[in-house]
Amino acid sequence: MWGIATLLATGVAAVVLTRARFVYSVTLGVTTLTLVAALATLLAPGAESTLVLPIGLPWLGAHFRLDALAAFFLIVVNLGGATASLFGLGYGSHEEAPGRVLPFFPAFLAGMNLVVVAADAFTFLFAWEFMSLSSWALVMAHHRRPGNAAAGYLYLVMASLGTLALILALGLLAGPDGGYAFEAMRSDPPTATIAAVVLVLALVGAGSKAGLVPLHVWLPLAHPAAPSHVSALMSGVMTKVAVYGFVRIVFDLAGPPEWWWGALVPLIGGITAVLGVLYALMEHDLKRLLAYHTVENIGIIFIGLGLALAFGANDMPGAAALALTAALLHVFNHSVFKSLLFFGAGAVLVSTGERDMERLGGLIHRMPLTAFAFLVGSAAISALPPFNGFVSEWLTFQAILLSPSLPQWLLKFLVPAIGALLALSAALAAACFVKAFGITFLGRPRTPVASDALETDRWSLTAMFALAALCLLAGILPGYFIDALAPVIHGLTGANLPRQNELDWLTIVPIEQSRSSYNGLLLFFFIVLAAGLGAEAIHRLASARTRRSPAWDCGFPDPSPATQYTSGSFSQPIRRVFGTVVFRASEEVHMPPPGDARAARLHVRLHDVPWDALYVPVAKIVGFAADRLNRVQFLTIRGYLTLVFSALVLLLMVLAVWQ
Amino acid sequence: MAVVLEALVQFCQMLVVLALAPLLAGYVRKVKALLVGRRGPPLVQPYRDLAKLLRKDVVLAHTASWVFRVAPYLVFAATWVAAALVPTFATGLLFSYAADMIAIVALLGSARFMLALAGLDVGTSFGGIGSSREMMIASLAEPAMLMVVFTLSLLAGSTQLSSIAAFMQTPDVGLRVSLALALVGLVMVAIAENARIPVDNPATHLELTMVHEAMILEYSGRHLALIETASFVKLLLYVSVIGCVFAPWGIAVSGEGFAAYLAGLAAYLAKLTVAGTVLAVFETAIAKMRVFRVSDFLGAALMLGLLAALLRFVSRVT
Repeated sequence: MWGIATLLATGVAAVVLTRARFVYSVTLGVTTLTLVAALATLLAPGAESTLVLPIGLPWLGAHFRLDALAAFFLIVVNLGGATASLFGLGYGSHEEAPGRVLPFFPAFLAGMNLVVVAADAFTFLFAWEFMSLSSWALVMAHHRRPGNAAAGYLYLVMASLGTLALILALGLLAGPDGGYAFEAMRSDPPTATIAAVVLVLALVGAGSKAGLVPLHVWLPLAHPAAPSHVSALMSGVMTKVAVYGFVRIVFDLAGPPEWWWGALVPLIGGITAVLGVLYALMEHDLKRLLAYHTVENIGIIFIGLGLALAFGANDMPGAAALALTAALLHVFNHSVFKSLLFFGAGAVLVSTGERDMERLGGLIHRMPLTAFAFLVGSAAISALPPFNGFVSEWLTFQAILLSPSLPQWLLKFLVPAIGALLALSAALAAACFVKAFGITFLGRPRTPVASDALETDRWSLTAMFALAALCLLAGILPGYFIDALAPVIHGLTGANLPRQNELDWLTIVPIEQSRSSYNGLLLFFFIVLAAGLGAEAIHRLASARTRRSPAWDCGFPDPSPATQYTSGSFSQPIRRVFGTVVFRASEEVHMPPPGDARAARLHVRLHDVPWDALYVPVAKIVGFAADRLNRVQFLTIRGYLTLVFSALVLLLMVLAVWQ
Repeated sequence: MAVVLEALVQFCQMLVVLALAPLLAGYVRKVKALLVGRRGPPLVQPYRDLAKLLRKDVVLAHTASWVFRVAPYLVFAATWVAAALVPTFATGLLFSYAADMIAIVALLGSARFMLALAGLDVGTSFGGIGSSREMMIASLAEPAMLMVVFTLSLLAGSTQLSSIAAFMQTPDVGLRVSLALALVGLVMVAIAENARIPVDNPATHLELTMVHEAMILEYSGRHLALIETASFVKLLLYVSVIGCVFAPWGIAVSGEGFAAYLAGLAAYLAKLTVAGTVLAVFETAIAKMRVFRVSDFLGAALMLGLLAALLRFVSRVT
């Protein structure tokens, strides 16, 4: 609590001071302390604490509660917050309008912390809105750049929609007696119908913040518009706070799940995962690519959550524990590597001023350390062993493989299909990050800004390398991380995975040894050993000489960097395979006639199908209604009096009929 | 004692896959040459090629970065480790619990990731075209492979290759439609992943449909030798997976005597011969397809895998 108060005070102080170093140092200190405190709570069994403050609703007060689930998400929030502050120490000095960023940054952190510890509906919603608005202010920090104002507007609309859904959901849970404290909701679970409505509302409310398709549209516009360390927080952390909201409402407050919840949620998750990564592949703005890719990972997390619901509804707590562990581990992992990747994109942005990959290239020669950290993040997010992304996706696969024991036929058929979607999205993610890393950092520089780039500052590098180390650590020692999650899982599903760090060689075994096991440490060790042996043998036996020469390129190397593969050409095969269906992509070639020296042009048109099918009609209806209602603004005084009078009569009649 | 034996088997296995991989490639080439009426290079030609490459200098482009130089070692290491964890002539490998089938597929994914990056590193159009197409093919082949893994693990109740191989030897497997579909799917994936006809042509790199060979066009000397070895090992790995799952006869189980291991080795060699011959006949008989037909080919593999997983539920034997 003190931490949050300090963060708020820092925000207020920052309005006056606007000294970047001071603000980021304080946020760094506070988030680190909160991180340590949350870690201690999670690891010490039964260390719950509650707090009631006499603010908020007068008859209720503000309830706060720190249980295992809250502690876990506090770790995610504050780890992201601490590294973002560290990155900000360096990155913030390049900020052109620090007065627009500094006050809101600590406020945003405070808002996210507050959501996680809130224990009554009013405090929760207040904190949720506070988080939304402070992040909106950060999105609008550079409001003069083209597109940012529109992004901020869309964000505001979607955030309002999400909060509306959450207000209704929590209102239904509170019931007519107004038991707004979470404790009261928990002791009085709703009926099945109400619980179903609550699930849908939670999907809309938390899903719109997390970026579930089709509510994702604001996310790839708003996240990249903010300064990079804030983008990292929004993508890496705020979406996780949304996941927290969903878990808290659906797993903790809405009572026992129905089996069809477990069909609906993973299906949405699977579709979100595949569409998210396909959108990301079509993108050539580095930060927007990362934002779209967040949508994919949210999909993977919701697959895990949905499976946990399916298993939980069928009274299979062990399997539910596995699925929930997979989902929550992915929450942690994604917050780590997504922050890392956004920091990398921020470092590129600072040193080149470019976000467009088509204008970058060859940065590995100029920014070797950033490139290395970004490479680790790319491998981790592509779910490649021995990094951490693979562990959580592997656990999700193991949960999917338990589906035959589900009694419902729909689930039996649906879950393998969702497994196929998950596999597809994992493979496409690798393609996406070969593109993101390869086009940005490898090859030859495409513009002068790329060839003159300079390595970024030490603060930013420290933040990136700390996260990169965590990616590897969580990948080779996953047992410790799974064990740390045990109290959270036990609290929500009533079961646990076998304890992992008592097994030989730090292997992880979700169910039993003969069924499946994975050992990241051994794999890492073997890869290093085999590569080392190979290198040693080769350098002893083979010619060790290396000559430098121009590239071979089948005999026709072209000095112009425009002859390289670009981001658009890299994704062209995938666009042809998937894009014609998913994006209704069309290509137009304008070829000048022979003898004409004009350049040929290729136009690619992609349609955002959810946008066209869902948002455009709604916007049209709203516009139409607004046009019609506009007339009401310009009535005569007689007209207004008639209107008021008839409205009154109508309401009275309704009242009369009602009773 | 058992641990020592398992360690010994594991060690032998690592050497066996490395030593036999070029031989398999040489054998396929030989049979292909014989089928089209040529005499063909001797069986040991791949070894000679590798030795020749090792003696040559590395010619490195000016624009190459450390990714280009590190990638061959990592590709080789990841592929070798993956192959060492697939039971070839004996199950009961000491470290088989380190990675199940999903992890083996993912390890190959790591190798491909590095190689695709290396293809983009020099900044030539050939490298780019190779990387881009390789990732497109992988984005379809990997899910298809995982669906096959799903089917197998639904049947055997395990994703560990040793357990699956053990299950396949028990009589309660029977003949199943979903197994047949999974086999077809797996073979299609293996063809695509190893850049064989009809998806890619390992014999040429001067054709615009090329994928794998274009990606490694800039490599030379010892780097190329490592990458070639890795692709030989990968072919062997897929043959071993198919052999150990769909033809598990003769695989020695840990605890059996020395003779069992020898028998297992002989059976393994026989399986390699059969697989190599079938591959060569198939490649000779079929034409290479256009690169954008590959998505249909692999889409079919993915659907077969999914169908196999779903049929598992409808089949009466449970």
